[in-house]
Amino acid sequence: MTTALVPVVSLVNVRKVYGGAAGPRTALADITFDVARGEFVCVVGPSGAGKTTLLRCLAGLMPPTSGEALFEGTPLRCVPEGIGVVFQDYSRSLFPWLTVARNVDLPLRVRGMGRAGRAARVAEVLASVGLADAGRQYPWQLSGGMQQRVAIARALAYRPDLLLMDEPFASVDAQTRFELEDLILRVRADFGVTVVFVTHDIDESVYLADRVVVLSRSPGVVSEIVDITLPRPRDQLATKRDPAFARFREHLLSLVMTR
Amino acid sequence: MFVAWWVRSAGSKSLYFPPLESIVKALWTQWVTGPARADLSSSLEHLIAGYAIACVAGIGLGMALWALRYAREATSPYLYFLYVLPAPVLVPAAMTLFGIGFSMKVVLIAFAALWPTLLNTLDGMRGVDAVKLDTSRVLGLPRWRNALQVVLPAAGPQIVAGLRNSLQVAIILMVVSEWEASTDGIGYYIVSAQQSFDYVGMWSGIIVLAIIGVVANLLFVVAENRVLHWHYGARAVEGGTR
Repeated sequence: MTTALVPVVSLVNVRKVYGGAAGPRTALADITFDVARGEFVCVVGPSGAGKTTLLRCLAGLMPPTSGEALFEGTPLRCVPEGIGVVFQDYSRSLFPWLTVARNVDLPLRVRGMGRAGRAARVAEVLASVGLADAGRQYPWQLSGGMQQRVAIARALAYRPDLLLMDEPFASVDAQTRFELEDLILRVRADFGVTVVFVTHDIDESVYLADRVVVLSRSPGVVSEIVDITLPRPRDQLATKRDPAFARFREHLLSLVMTR
Repeated sequence: MFVAWWVRSAGSKSLYFPPLESIVKALWTQWVTGPARADLSSSLEHLIAGYAIACVAGIGLGMALWALRYAREATSPYLYFLYVLPAPVLVPAAMTLFGIGFSMKVVLIAFAALWPTLLNTLDGMRGVDAVKLDTSRVLGLPRWRNALQVVLPAAGPQIVAGLRNSLQVAIILMVVSEWEASTDGIGYYIVSAQQSFDYVGMWSGIIVLAIIGVVANLLFVVAENRVLHWHYGARAVEGGTR
């Protein structure tokens, strides 16, 4: 079996139960799906469906209670080098005491890259998210959308195989959100990265994804996996005008709304 | 206030409230050009040495206790016990242990000023936002980088608040240690001036202390603004958008 055929992500009967004073609470009951190399998979579901829990298991930040979460065929025991994560709240995930460039530079330093290589890489990823001139500024001097671009640049800087995104555009305005959606589609193509994107926004998932994994209301199980066969490249106007877009949207909405 | 004091006290014949004019003269003749200069410099030496030790040890021990869970759990009741103990009561004990020399005062100042910094460092580092810690793990920071480059700066504002408290405590202990057990220093000067009915001298010593307090705070604020510029910048932005 060649590496191209090994799924980047493989979840097998993943179950996560939180212990607590009020008794155990099942966040994920039984989750099984794969993500192939280069795929863009969105995970949607109503709030409380365990989306964030699922992402934390995928990132290796948290072990499942039972079942296996595999990254490139290896069980996740800690956060592997090849995974980048973009959290929802950029104001909490960026380090405000570092400039934009130094935020992006940090994971490269950790990986022991040389000074010149790091500078070139930082400039490259900042340019790819449209922030070529913002390196010397501090994150809090930028708008919300620009801060999330910094977080994306930082996650891409060390060329991860898998990019995990946890409702990354939930706290920006609608206009910025569309820009960032197109940005992520573009960098995904540029960097050839596999993406797992958690969102509660059905339209966003249809617009971005190759496949949408729909989680049911708690306890989390996969209620359906929908192939989004819309053509690429996608366009905010043309794609959303496509009758097929409306059909996917309606189907997913009915899945999320049931019960 | 200064002007009011000057005008009201001008020509005062009261022994206890001498004219401000003569006090200001004493500031010059005693503290700048006169014999009290030695007292001033000896006090400042104690203060600087004691406070510096307290800062380094406070942050260092705070970090160590943050990193070592068992040490933290074993020592925390004692830490809070020592923290709430009013430091001046340690003067007699310190005299017994270290005599009345330089080292006694430095040790006393350092010991008393240690606690606010230590406890604030520990609390600040333990209270770092979980998203920052997750981010640090995701970026692959090893333990030492996580401690020095994420947790420590994130706790910076609280550590600085501790350092500020420590400075106040250090100044208080500087004076108190000189009242009780000393042959020099500003505290010693004030007490001996009072006991020999030199109220001009006593007041001048009090003003010198006030000046030291103001200058120390100014220096502190300058340093704080350099180290925490990001914190105040970010806070100003948040305030602006709200």
